[in-house]
Amino acid sequence: MTKQHAGPRTGPGVVPGKRHARARADGRPRSAYPYALYLPAAVVYLVIFLVPTVMAFYFALTRWTLFDSTFVGLQNFRDFLAEQNLRIGFQNTLVYAVVTSGLKVVLGLLLGVLLTSKLRLRGFLRSVVFFPVLVSTVAVGITFSVLLKPDTGLVNQALGLVGIDGRDWLGDATTALLSVALVDVWKGVGIATVIYIAGILSIPQDYYQAVAVDGGNAWHRFRHVTLPLSWPATYSVIILSFIGGLRTFDLIWTMTRGGPGFTSDTIASIIYKQYQAGFYGLSTAGNVLLFLVVTAIVVPLNYFLGKRQAAL
Amino acid sequence: MKTSHRTLGAALAALALAASTSCGSGSEPAAGDGTVTLSFLVDNSQATLDTAKAMADAFMKANPTIKIETESRPGGTEGDNIVKTRLSTGDMSDVFWYNSGSLLQALNPAQTMVDLTNDPVLAKVQKDFLPVVTQAGKVYGVPTGTAGGGGILYNRKVYEKLGLEVPKTWDEFMANNEKIKADGITPVISTFKDTWTSQLFVLGDFYNVQAANPTFAQDYTAGKAKFATTPAAVAGFQHLADVHAKGYLNEGFGSATNDQGMKMLVEGKGAHYPMLSFQLPPLLAEYPQAATDIGFFGIPGTDPAKNGATIWEPAGIYIAKTTEHLDAAKKFLAFVASPEAADAVNKVVAPAGPYRIEGAELPDDAIQVAKDLQAYIDKGATAPALEFLSPVKGPSLEQITVAVGSGLTPPAEGAAQYDKDVEKQAKQLGLAGW
Repeated sequence: MTKQHAGPRTGPGVVPGKRHARARADGRPRSAYPYALYLPAAVVYLVIFLVPTVMAFYFALTRWTLFDSTFVGLQNFRDFLAEQNLRIGFQNTLVYAVVTSGLKVVLGLLLGVLLTSKLRLRGFLRSVVFFPVLVSTVAVGITFSVLLKPDTGLVNQALGLVGIDGRDWLGDATTALLSVALVDVWKGVGIATVIYIAGILSIPQDYYQAVAVDGGNAWHRFRHVTLPLSWPATYSVIILSFIGGLRTFDLIWTMTRGGPGFTSDTIASIIYKQYQAGFYGLSTAGNVLLFLVVTAIVVPLNYFLGKRQAAL
Repeated sequence: MKTSHRTLGAALAALALAASTSCGSGSEPAAGDGTVTLSFLVDNSQATLDTAKAMADAFMKANPTIKIETESRPGGTEGDNIVKTRLSTGDMSDVFWYNSGSLLQALNPAQTMVDLTNDPVLAKVQKDFLPVVTQAGKVYGVPTGTAGGGGILYNRKVYEKLGLEVPKTWDEFMANNEKIKADGITPVISTFKDTWTSQLFVLGDFYNVQAANPTFAQDYTAGKAKFATTPAAVAGFQHLADVHAKGYLNEGFGSATNDQGMKMLVEGKGAHYPMLSFQLPPLLAEYPQAATDIGFFGIPGTDPAKNGATIWEPAGIYIAKTTEHLDAAKKFLAFVASPEAADAVNKVVAPAGPYRIEGAELPDDAIQVAKDLQAYIDKGATAPALEFLSPVKGPSLEQITVAVGSGLTPPAEGAAQYDKDVEKQAKQLGLAGW
């Protein structure tokens, strides 16, 4: 995590070109180990990942009750796309992904800068920031549901002390989704911070000295060195939290179950509700669609961000 | 980063420990001394657990060679999935407790359960209960516990204090609400955090729907009758919207739970709670006054002469086809469907309504809710809820009713959404005519 990279240009996601060249030196790529050693991993991967994935593509085309399945062609996809709250689901999913990844980038960067400075309690504070990541999401969800209760919850009691009349955060259609998104940020910002700490520590001191020679102040150091040179970290944080936001489920489900009504439904919670209702084929079709959508968003994003990084 | 490494290690150790101590569950083979062990899966609501324990204890006393081991599972849709998964993988307990009516239909009983048609096990079961545990002419279960009412639970102390009378029409109900609100008491308790509780205004209104359209259930199953185009059926959605629009709901109704709602009602902080009468008996231990203070009335409709109530049939107990102890299982079911079992349960759980077993009577000291329900039954003014007359029940009703009841969706639109939801379910069930 804290390994020092040779320069700012290498970072996560970029394979250094030299190693490739060496592997192909004798004409064909050579495996480092006998193939038999790969076998156990391959079998596990095949049985618990590839086979179910392929089966999922089949079951998405059937009416499946767990007891038996009937082939219905693309009917499930048609039904899933006709789902009345699907539009809200897509909208919410995007809003959620953008809000959480945006806030994680901003807060993660600020905390990263703070926690790489010469603070007395640096080690302790780093642990404090990272701690929520270690707690189970469901536990976080339940805890915050209690904290956000309208009259007995700690949040509203605290707001009451300063004269603000808090509302029913999770029971109110206008605030439910954003409340959950903020809890997600609280829980996930630790990872972003750690990535930024690693990114910032890998910036050579020479650049900061150069700014000092030119008479720059703290703002200049941040604006012209830290910010641009921690781009690889930003890239990782955006990709990770954006994908996480797109397929978010556990926190939403424990805190609001997509409610009130359908107002905080995301694609994942819509799919889960189909599964709960016993529409296994339909929910599998939803998952196949979610897979395609996430791929369609993340692949271009990855390409775009990767290009920017290379150009840096 | 020392700290986080240590924390990680501790977390890993805890994980490993948890993994090594968890163990699988399954039915035990017969012990050497001739005793047979039956596994019995029930849902984890307090009323069910108490009832199941009382029945199992009384049965084991009478049959010392059979041991019943009760396992519990979550309720709601999560529980449905556990039951479906265990049935489809052949891992089901010998006997199990599950809903009757539309939910049972989804379990594919012909493949997974023992057919009890004409079996002596059913000797004491009331004939009019059988349709809700029947699929394609074959009977699969016996009733457990009592029937219950779905309508308005109300605090009689509040009614007494304000000099109110049980309403016979919706307008009278709303007039009562106005007076209750003026007195500073919450007129209608709503608890939308437990989304299922939001459905009562719609589901409990079925007596009125049937009174206006006697063939609604058949037409609805055949895909001919719709909620949105049947005025009596839209009324349920309209009622939900009305009580919200008038500001009759408790504060924070969006994040209140069923437990909190029941407490509000018993403590007199709220006057009405659209609910199932089954929810009351578990409260008696903590609030003995609930036995007399809380009454029940059916959701009022438009015509005072046709006033009545909607009934929820008791759940069933079924035998999994995979059982290795069929005789013992049948013995247990025969006991469950006998007045002796009803007596044993009576001592532990106050009945929330009438039994479906010949010869099992409500005790004289029955709780008020059960007496009120019995009065409707004696008058012949009851109808089973729609889910006991039709296999079709849309899974999203509870979200739709929350949205309508919170003023997010207009009632007519809510009814139309529900029709679409129902259509999806009927298609997934592969019903004819959809």
